[in-house]
Amino acid sequence: MTTKFPSLGGSNASGNDSKYFQTTKKGEIHELKEELNNAKMEKKKEAVKKVIAAMTVGKDVSMLFTDVVNCIQTQNIELKKLVYLYLINYAKSQPDLAILAVNTFVKDTQDPNPLIRALAVRTMGCIRVDKIVEYLCEPLRKCLKDEDPYVRKTAAVCVAKLYDINGELVEDQGFLDMVYDLLGDSNPMVVSNAVASLAEIAETSEMGQKVFQINTATLQKMLAALNECTEWGQVFILDSLALYMPNDGREAESIIERVTPRLQHANSAVVLSAVKVMIKYMDLITSQDALKALYKKMAPPLVTLLSSEPEIQYVSLRNINLIVQKRPSILAHEIKVFFCKYNDPIYVKMEKLEIMIKLASDRNVDQVLMELKEYATEVDVEFVRRSVRAIGRCAIKLERAAERCINVLLELIQTKVNYVVQEAVIVIKDIFRKFPNRYESIIGTLCENLDTLDEPEAKASMIWIIGEYAERIDNADELLESFLDSFDDETPQVQLQMLTATVKLFLKRPADTQKMVQDVLTLATQDSDNPDLRDRGYIYWRLLSTDPEAAKKVVLAEKPNIADDTFTLDPSVLDELISHLSTLAAIYHKPPSTFVSGRTRSVPTLGAGRMDLDDDLDSDANITSDMMVSGSEGTQAAPPPVPAPQVVDLLGGLMDDEPVAPSAPAPSHGGGGIADLFGSPAPAPAAPPANAAKVVLPADRGEGMQVRSLFISKNGSIFQQVTIENHGQQPLSGFALQYNKNSYGLVPASPAALGQVIPGPVMPGQSATGNMPVVCNGPMADMKGVVQMAIKNNVKVFYFQDTCDLTCFLSADGRLDKGDFLNQWKSIAAESRSDVHGLPPAAENVDAVCAKFEASSIFFIARRKLPDGADMVYFSVKTMNGVVMLAEVGFRPGTGTASISIKATQPQYVGLLGESIQKLLRG
Amino acid sequence: MISGILFVNQKGEIVISRMYRDGFSRTLADTFRAQVIANKEAGRSPIKTINGTHFFYIKHANMYVVAVSNGNAQVAIAFQFLHELVKVLKNYFGAFDEDSIKNNFVLIYELLDEVLDYGYPQNCNTDVLKMYITQEGTRSAAAEKASAQAVTIQATGAISWRKEGIKYRKNELFIDVVENCNLMMSSKGTILRSDVSGAILVKCYLSGTPECKFGLNDKLLLDNEAKAKKTNARRTGSGIEIDDVSFHQCVKLGKFDMDRTISFVPPDGEFQLMSYRITENVNLPFRVLPVVKELGRTRLEVNVKVKSMFTFKLFATNVVIKIPLPKNTAVANVTAASGKCKYEPEHCAIVWKLRRFPGDTEYFMSGEVEMMSTMGDKPWSRPPISMDFQVPMFAASGLHVRFLKVFEKSNYQTIKWVRYITKAGQYQHRI
Repeated sequence: MTTKFPSLGGSNASGNDSKYFQTTKKGEIHELKEELNNAKMEKKKEAVKKVIAAMTVGKDVSMLFTDVVNCIQTQNIELKKLVYLYLINYAKSQPDLAILAVNTFVKDTQDPNPLIRALAVRTMGCIRVDKIVEYLCEPLRKCLKDEDPYVRKTAAVCVAKLYDINGELVEDQGFLDMVYDLLGDSNPMVVSNAVASLAEIAETSEMGQKVFQINTATLQKMLAALNECTEWGQVFILDSLALYMPNDGREAESIIERVTPRLQHANSAVVLSAVKVMIKYMDLITSQDALKALYKKMAPPLVTLLSSEPEIQYVSLRNINLIVQKRPSILAHEIKVFFCKYNDPIYVKMEKLEIMIKLASDRNVDQVLMELKEYATEVDVEFVRRSVRAIGRCAIKLERAAERCINVLLELIQTKVNYVVQEAVIVIKDIFRKFPNRYESIIGTLCENLDTLDEPEAKASMIWIIGEYAERIDNADELLESFLDSFDDETPQVQLQMLTATVKLFLKRPADTQKMVQDVLTLATQDSDNPDLRDRGYIYWRLLSTDPEAAKKVVLAEKPNIADDTFTLDPSVLDELISHLSTLAAIYHKPPSTFVSGRTRSVPTLGAGRMDLDDDLDSDANITSDMMVSGSEGTQAAPPPVPAPQVVDLLGGLMDDEPVAPSAPAPSHGGGGIADLFGSPAPAPAAPPANAAKVVLPADRGEGMQVRSLFISKNGSIFQQVTIENHGQQPLSGFALQYNKNSYGLVPASPAALGQVIPGPVMPGQSATGNMPVVCNGPMADMKGVVQMAIKNNVKVFYFQDTCDLTCFLSADGRLDKGDFLNQWKSIAAESRSDVHGLPPAAENVDAVCAKFEASSIFFIARRKLPDGADMVYFSVKTMNGVVMLAEVGFRPGTGTASISIKATQPQYVGLLGESIQKLLRG
Repeated sequence: MISGILFVNQKGEIVISRMYRDGFSRTLADTFRAQVIANKEAGRSPIKTINGTHFFYIKHANMYVVAVSNGNAQVAIAFQFLHELVKVLKNYFGAFDEDSIKNNFVLIYELLDEVLDYGYPQNCNTDVLKMYITQEGTRSAAAEKASAQAVTIQATGAISWRKEGIKYRKNELFIDVVENCNLMMSSKGTILRSDVSGAILVKCYLSGTPECKFGLNDKLLLDNEAKAKKTNARRTGSGIEIDDVSFHQCVKLGKFDMDRTISFVPPDGEFQLMSYRITENVNLPFRVLPVVKELGRTRLEVNVKVKSMFTFKLFATNVVIKIPLPKNTAVANVTAASGKCKYEPEHCAIVWKLRRFPGDTEYFMSGEVEMMSTMGDKPWSRPPISMDFQVPMFAASGLHVRFLKVFEKSNYQTIKWVRYITKAGQYQHRI
């Protein structure tokens, strides 16, 4: 089928504007000035075109401002557009002159031609001069109510432009409400632009989501417009739907049903946004059948995205990467479509590879290995390396396939292609670490390729293998010796590895390697200027000379296992990224706060995510800077809960990997005298059962140590109930716990408090629980109830966090006198209001609720019935640091809703109290 | 959202730029030139972040089209939009390259003003845009006013793709089923992946506002119909399983989701009604049976047999088989029973061309290749044999058009034409 060239009206179809670019003679500006003032329309137009051409190539034509602006008074829409374009560019540098144009703008917004009205209001929004903004308000107000939808949709976007220049003005003038009203417009495009505009304002506004609250009515309007608006409009609406949190599973399901047809759209942005909405709402759906049906619907469109343009494929693949981590079953059977095509651009191939590893399973691993082997023969070195590495990752992920992976790697080593061999050696080292004492038979083959290794990482890996299995390699000493000659020229990575391997060899075969170990130790300690190398050399030397047995224990100790790194994203980060699908955050796999300056609106996550996203963002965002900040202030460093990648640092930090003997110094364990001060540790008797405490540090992140935590308040003191479960192989001991700055100023009663309540070592398979006393005189920071903690044991330091409910922190003398209450209630104007929906029927029984509140130190003051049947109940609380707060809870019997308003002179705990009350109401 | 659009030539100079938001300057082009073009980054990733500014770019002919943003931009929109933009410009000027951009810069400015507002894509529908972005400007004011209102309703309306009052003397519909057949065969002759990505292109010359209903031999639909009629005698093998479909914006998606009927009000002229993907029961039009033997380090023996699998009544045209050879090939002696077969050093491949390839036929070629011995002993990467062809009146997926009904108030007769063609997509055989 042949495409017909468009036969556009006019002569411009072929175009000959390039002639405008060619005038570069002297006196040009002067000439232009004359032409601009020519009476003939055609001449004027020509001149303006020349000006625009000059502007395009970067020449400064701002001196013609007055002359160009004079041309604005015309009925010729083309000329008008050109002048407007010029204005947008130069108004900023000539604000005083720009005012000259204002009149025309205002006039144009009343032009009978809707195209001109829209053009005027669109352009005015782009002129970022304060003085103009004031004049913009009235025309904008009119245009928002224009009879023509084209003008209204342009005006809707203009409000967002204006908000960016002067947010206060927009709020004062009531434009937000006007745009909000446009959500109910009869024209779908007006609705979708209003949605886009509001979403943008909400993102930058200090009021955040309040600007754009979606309720049932607006939801229906948006869903109705979704079916009719342009493809882009559909994306705006879907993206906003993804920010909405449905009230329950039923609502989620009904919205999903409306969104599902969008999966068949030809526009990939529409498809991805529809997927985003669906995958977010799925968290609320519990029926497995319903989920399965949705999976089945989502898989084909996702696959189809892979036949679009390469850039879109790339975007889709990065998003699919996240989707696979969140819901692996959607694409579990589609691995074949992620096989690379020979002509795919390299960035597409790399992403496909990642997804292949994620989807690899015992069922399809043979196919995957065949493919990976094929890729290892391609030309792009980077891609080949990744493919080889992928084989290793498959082995670590799928134990049963490990042997097949090894065989493929061996075949690849036979190709003798330099970089393939090196990469294979690196991954085989990882496989050895994961499955020790299983595949050593292949060491021989590896040793044959010793000469080809010239990259530090490959060399270091090979040396590690030789050292680790020195007793099985007959000529291990010769092999290591061959590296010795060039010791000085090697990178520190190789040198460190060489040092350790030689010591290992010596410990295993002391008889014939004494000279060699001496040489290496001398080289490391005397000739090197690398402090790490010297330090490690000295340690080994001292160990070897004082106690060879201890040296054996340290150097030859069993190494912790390395883990599969397929699913590395923290669940809360993943949830956040899922809610940002198809945006840049999902491409970079980083929360927006890490690369966007300024405030970004937080998105409520459903399901697995933690309670407050802003905190997650902040903590995940600044892994390093956070540590530095808290360190420099001299407070406890409690960096965020991000698991360190474990496979890679095998070589980097070998000292850390060698487990320290159990007798390693536990910090300040000797402070027995202080322990008496706080009473002997209570073994958690009447406290809530241990399983009520949630896991804050899972065993896989804690290298075998699982920690549960729960804050409880007993007899006016706060305790943290800490349970340590040992899921690992070695005894754990030497516990110490520290807090980061938090909302309540909580700190452990003493640095050694945890060591006192859980003193002894916890044996593998056992657990220990202790109530650690906590005081609240530490530094405070607004953390919304989250307490970040660092726990130390004999292995290393781990980071995690827990939330401490405000009720733990309430004092028993919080009941106010009725008169006092009334006075305070009247004197405080500011109040924080919130509504709770979907309460269980039990929450309707006001008496029972009050009793429950009292038990949590929220004290009943008074109760009054309103004529409309609502039951208003008043409470007061006082925190341990003396902050008094007053609360009013309005029950509406039969509706399952309640309204909470809280007043306080010091506002820092108001939000937390609201949350606690909601929690108590929900039971 | 998108903060600006740049058209950058291969030297890294801005040909046209339009900024929709504050805070960017012309130095962007220098950054882009230094970091992307000069660094040869363009092939490695379509996204680059430099000093907090994100560049999303596609390359078309000798131009980069770049979207710039500094927030958490909607990347899917950005790329989809860039591709749409190129499509619009192509539609306007016929070609998209540096010259055509320079020649039409005024029009492009005007278009950029219309398709994107404050970085939000508005309308990329060429037919509608052509109604009011014409660069003529000579119409009388009165006519302009009347038409302007029609335009605005059109541009924002629910059926933004079709204008009112279209009239044809002869009402005709042309349907083209174009299928791209993709195949990846392992060196051992097993099918690693085969699929068909097809598109249904429609040329529509219909009067008024017709409502169309389109029917395929979609298995799910046929099953539904059989169920509705309660006929137990379901013909097996009559329908095909469609993995996925996506539709032009004119198709009522809700209706398709409900009962899989495809109904729509078509735009005027040519458009792609739908695209689909099929992986089950693909009728591969060709089998390739290659034998490539490496005889020592400097000789290769190549024997390739190609067999057409479709019926003898049809024939394929423009069949090209590309058999890659190592880079250090010195001489290649090739012979083929039919067609032109020769070694093309610029492609590092034997190219075998057959103008016409009847159905149910086999052809052979054989060749002996001598290579120069080289120092580096990096082995030959053995890229796959690739094939190009067109088979008219053949649908690899087995899809066929059952009906296309047109409902219009005036009840005119419509003449309909259907054509099928299967082309090679990525039709590859590893060796």
